[in-house]
Amino acid sequence: MDALYRDYILEHYKNPRNFGELHPHDLEFHDHNPLCGDELGVHALVEDGKIADLRFHGQGCAISQAAASITSEELIGMPVEEVARLDADWVIDQLGIEISPTRRKCALLMQKVMRGATTGDPSWPE
Amino acid sequence: MGAVAETPAVDVRADFPVLTREFEGKRLVYLDSAATSQKPRHVIEAIDRYYSESNANIHRGVYALAREATDLYEGARARVAAFVGADEATTIFAKNATEAINLVAYSWGREHVSAGDEVLITHMEHHSNIVPWQLLCQETGAKLRYLSVSDQGELSLDELEDVLAGGRVKLVAFAHVSNVLGTINPVAEIAARARAAGAVTLVDASQAVPQMPVNVAELGVDFYVWTGHKALGPTGIGVLHGRRELLERMRPFLGGGDMISKVEFETSSWNELPWKFEAGTSPIAEGVGLGAAIDYLADIGMERVRAHERELTAYALERLPEVEGIRVFGPMDAERRGGVVSFAIDGMHPHDIAELCDREAVCIRAGHHCAQPLMRRMGVPATARASFHVYNGREDVDRLVDALRAGRRIFGL
Repeated sequence: MDALYRDYILEHYKNPRNFGELHPHDLEFHDHNPLCGDELGVHALVEDGKIADLRFHGQGCAISQAAASITSEELIGMPVEEVARLDADWVIDQLGIEISPTRRKCALLMQKVMRGATTGDPSWPE
Repeated sequence: MGAVAETPAVDVRADFPVLTREFEGKRLVYLDSAATSQKPRHVIEAIDRYYSESNANIHRGVYALAREATDLYEGARARVAAFVGADEATTIFAKNATEAINLVAYSWGREHVSAGDEVLITHMEHHSNIVPWQLLCQETGAKLRYLSVSDQGELSLDELEDVLAGGRVKLVAFAHVSNVLGTINPVAEIAARARAAGAVTLVDASQAVPQMPVNVAELGVDFYVWTGHKALGPTGIGVLHGRRELLERMRPFLGGGDMISKVEFETSSWNELPWKFEAGTSPIAEGVGLGAAIDYLADIGMERVRAHERELTAYALERLPEVEGIRVFGPMDAERRGGVVSFAIDGMHPHDIAELCDREAVCIRAGHHCAQPLMRRMGVPATARASFHVYNGREDVDRLVDALRAGRRIFGL
């Protein structure tokens, strides 16, 4: 089996969870990876300080789309303040694969967008 | 499509040391020459010899070593000029093609372009031939306009005529060969029409000079730029060929040493061409390396280089469609395109395609290729791109096709 393109990674890429738009929404953010032009946007509903629902949309490689899909399942139900603090290690743990330096930003784009949506500061997660 | 030739016209792989490398037991297949070419031993040795035997600062040294370094650098300039049918005095060395375009945008553009004027470029330009003109137009209030690209990846001379007929175009800037589509644009025809309409032309020849015979004088363009590192030479050196009357009237680009005739407390006067545009210590070793690169290409013969590129491109255009779900962009006739093929595969993002090719030691590029407006025109976020040079052979295209098929299997396609 391929070390990067595991079955579940490809499964999330082909059938992403929580893909689409959400109207109305409380939080919204769009961003892109300048290295490759991949684009990602999120819409989120907030209830009692927690992410009540979430959709992502855009286009990207298998790694960026799988990262968005896999983490979206964890993000729903999480306090907004906690979402804002999630770092790169958390994202890569969720993915469960080794990410080379050249693909790191692919994996982290979703969390960059989530930081933008929750804090207004879309800095890359460290 | 014509029949594919039996054997490539050139077999010089052994001259390129890096191509002996293997990754996990697989011979390196380098298909990214449109990004940067590999270097033959001749170029590497020329640079090494320069530093080992002849290094000194050029132009004003009175000792023999400095004269030797100056002769090597200026000798390279003379041969680079002759290589493309240009004059030495109007052949200016810059850092790269991007800097050469910025030189023209700054020194010519700011004097001649103003509010109400138009700068005309095309949808197939590299960012290096877009952003300098955006900056110029933002500063001056001129309007930036684009010529469209057809579904076949070509420009329309009728559309060019229509825009020129408006009478406001001051400059037409376009690629000789597209770095994404491979399209070879009709440079002489475009230049003639622009000149008839009173517009100046700038051609980005970064993808042309490395792979086909070029005669700048015959093309009839005003500014013609290219870069050394795509033409088997080192990084850090680019070339601007300009029309003498324009260059003479232009202000300098960067100020400093070497570009002056006399410096007084308040003002200075400028050195003659080409040094007026070469402030500071020159990229001497890079110039010597570029001289060795064009000597190497001239020894092969640019007609043969072009024939080799055409044959390999035709072979790639024949074999790539064997991969299921593939879409190839640009003209499908190898006569009308250079040695670059962009493609997409259904169900696989270009980044994943390039990653999976890397597993097979096949180097291709993925992304927007610094041509985001063109990506939007083509309706894709990115493409995968394979590009060829003299050191590639048909077996490299075979390895690419095998890698793409293996990648599709991993993706369960």
